[in-house]
Amino acid sequence: MISSAIFGIGNNGLMAITALLTGIGLVFLALWIAKLISPRSYNLQKGEAYECGIPTRGESMAQFKIGYYLFAILFLMFDVETVFLFPWAVRMRELGVDGLISIAVFFGILVLGLVYAWRKGALEWK
Amino acid sequence: MQSLSVNTVWVNEWLTQYMPSWLATTIECVVVGVGILLVYALLALFYIYYERKLCAAFQCRLGPNRVGPMGLLQSFADMFKMLIKEIITLNHVDQFLYALAPYLVIIASVLAFAVLPWGDGLQIIDFNIGIFFLIAVSSIGVLGILLAGWSSNNKYTLIGSLRAGAQMVSYELSIGLSVITMVCLAGTMTVGGIVAEQSDLWFIFKGHVPAIIAFVIYMIAGTAETNRGPFDLPEAESELTAGYHTEYSGMHFGFYYLAEYLNLFIVSGVAALLFFGGWMPFHIPGWETFNNIMDFIPGTIWFLGKAFVLSFVIIWFKWTFPRLRIDQLLALEWKYLLPINLVNLVLMVLIIIFGWHF
Repeated sequence: MISSAIFGIGNNGLMAITALLTGIGLVFLALWIAKLISPRSYNLQKGEAYECGIPTRGESMAQFKIGYYLFAILFLMFDVETVFLFPWAVRMRELGVDGLISIAVFFGILVLGLVYAWRKGALEWK
Repeated sequence: MQSLSVNTVWVNEWLTQYMPSWLATTIECVVVGVGILLVYALLALFYIYYERKLCAAFQCRLGPNRVGPMGLLQSFADMFKMLIKEIITLNHVDQFLYALAPYLVIIASVLAFAVLPWGDGLQIIDFNIGIFFLIAVSSIGVLGILLAGWSSNNKYTLIGSLRAGAQMVSYELSIGLSVITMVCLAGTMTVGGIVAEQSDLWFIFKGHVPAIIAFVIYMIAGTAETNRGPFDLPEAESELTAGYHTEYSGMHFGFYYLAEYLNLFIVSGVAALLFFGGWMPFHIPGWETFNNIMDFIPGTIWFLGKAFVLSFVIIWFKWTFPRLRIDQLLALEWKYLLPINLVNLVLMVLIIIFGWHF
């Protein structure tokens, strides 16, 4: 028999919240300790941006290449596909042929989407 | 082999004898939290040492060998040094987002870490959507990296974080699809269930060809997901100094360092879980004596051993392949791995339908 509930706490949400608080606590605690024991000094140049030793020119939060954005949009499409495939993957054996046909249609539409993006040149990095 | 849950249930009963149940639950949660914290920190320190020693071996060097026996205390010394470094407050950054970013990175890795199965009854979160939850929380890390790069208000960090964003979201697809391939074979998403399914034979042997393809794709995508090896262009030190964490100093930087090594462990731990049976010992159906001997090795050692071996493979990648360009990186994912992965999923479904797997 495989059991995974630690301390017999069946409530996984509680454990997830514990882990979340642990993560926050780790950062908070380490920063607090670091603030206590680390030295402080003031220097006019210390707060400047790191850039080859000369002052920054122009805006740093600038516009960037559209290619990154395009891939993010494509990612969104396929990530949603992945999310919808998961429930079917779990119940694949029970759903049988009906489920298989439905998911094949869904799958086909998304493959068409990838082929379209490919043909349109969205996957090229220009 | 005794399940750990026997002990923890006994502790729970003993506690509830002396105090109300809400207090007992709180104490247990605190114990679990401290446990996660200790194991997380120790594992990260061990991984830093492990990687430095392996790098040294790949380059015919000795590696750290001065602090402690065989340099074992080197990473403790490094962490302590990081703690006593000043955290510099910069005057051009977006203060709130700059402070928030390390929290997101650490939270993502701690939550994903808590899902991993360490042994029988030694798993903290076991949702019925376990592996899906793991993918979901580990993608929070991308947000932290993007925020870090953007809020630092520096050109190096901006370029580094955009590269990291494009790379991590792209390769997440491959991870997701290879996980789906294995979920098809397992028929369950609970982490405990996936491990239990592999009690007779590991999935990499059970699902033969599609499982092996899925494993190879998972390892490539996992390397990219942790920004390591040939895919380290978000922090390409020859072009971007340190990438998205250039402007972080002291312990602030330490969190990125910790999370990077822990993500290496998580990626190899999930690979061990999906393909090599998690904490399940190596069993061959029919060889009863052999299986009984294998059962004597505790599950935690099996799990850690598998994770360390897979991490070794990822570290090996780093010293074998040259760094990719961003266009090669995206072409590899979208033109090769993704189509192969889709075909592989169909192949796996066919194999399950016709019952060709073991």
